[in-house]
Amino acid sequence: MLTVEQAAKQLGLTVLNGGDGLGREIQTVYSCDLLSFVMGRAPADSAWVTVMGNVNAMAVALLADVACVVLAENAALDADALLRAEQNDIVVLQSGQPVFDTALAIHSLLS
Amino acid sequence: MANDTIKLELEVPGDDFTRAGEASSTVKGMLKKLGFSPNVVRKVAIAMYEGEINMVIHGGGGQITVEISPESGVSMSLVDHGPGIPNIELAMQEGWSTAPDSVRNLGFGAGMGLPNMKKYSDEMEILSEVGVGTTVNMKVHLA
Ligand SMILES: Nc1ncnc2c1ncn2[C@@H]1O[C@H](COP(=O)(O)OP(=O)(O)OP(=O)(O)O)[C@@H](O)[C@H]1O
Ligand SMILES: [Mg+2]
Repeated sequence: MLTVEQAAKQLGLTVLNGGDGLGREIQTVYSCDLLSFVMGRAPADSAWVTVMGNVNAMAVALLADVACVVLAENAALDADALLRAEQNDIVVLQSGQPVFDTALAIHSLLS
Repeated sequence: MANDTIKLELEVPGDDFTRAGEASSTVKGMLKKLGFSPNVVRKVAIAMYEGEINMVIHGGGGQITVEISPESGVSMSLVDHGPGIPNIELAMQEGWSTAPDSVRNLGFGAGMGLPNMKKYSDEMEILSEVGVGTTVNMKVHLA
């Protein structure tokens, strides 16, 4: 079992927004930047790796019920998005690695 | 029992991308509190969000009416008075999108919204007239 907090610690990810969701369990990893692909295909409880740090991405994270958002490439979380994440307890992590490497690293922790 | 049904009317502002998703989030929170199964909550959230965001991007905003029945499920009616959809069959195809570049930069425009609504709802009907507007009715069953 891997919680969001454990993944963040073990991979040295920056926690841009934390809260209760840090204790949530990550089941799998999903990666895509086009929001309606994410909406339709991201499994619930997945770690969603993306470079989209806008408010719409936060809405998608909430409604698709992912375990956390991981912004790869040090992609920024803009101010509106941070506010939305805080209001809705969406955990947002940040990685300096590319999308694929970030997703692979989380996947490795799971297997 | 019909009197167990909860009816919600939600306003969707046009072209306000920062607020888009609020109506769906409200309904999601309510369904969770009412104790609907995670699967039903997720289906409603995804189908409704895609409809809501289409109202914002393509329809200039509008109204959503939601009827929540603990016995039979969740019905949603999304009404806008935007430009309408000239060819619904085409619009329903995966990948078809008329989204402008400005919203593609935000992550929209994959042409997957309507297919997602079809996939995650159990019943869906689109009524649209060019120049008049679009109504999408969806239902998510309990089982
Ligand atoms: N409410 C609406 N009013 C007018 N046109 C609409 C409406 N909803 C959808 N459409 C038309 O149908 C097309 C397909 O919609 P769909 O939601 O599948 O994709 P999209 O919104 O373009 O992109 P995505 O949802 O993947 O971000 C839209 O590009 C638009 O031309
Ligand atoms: Mg859409």
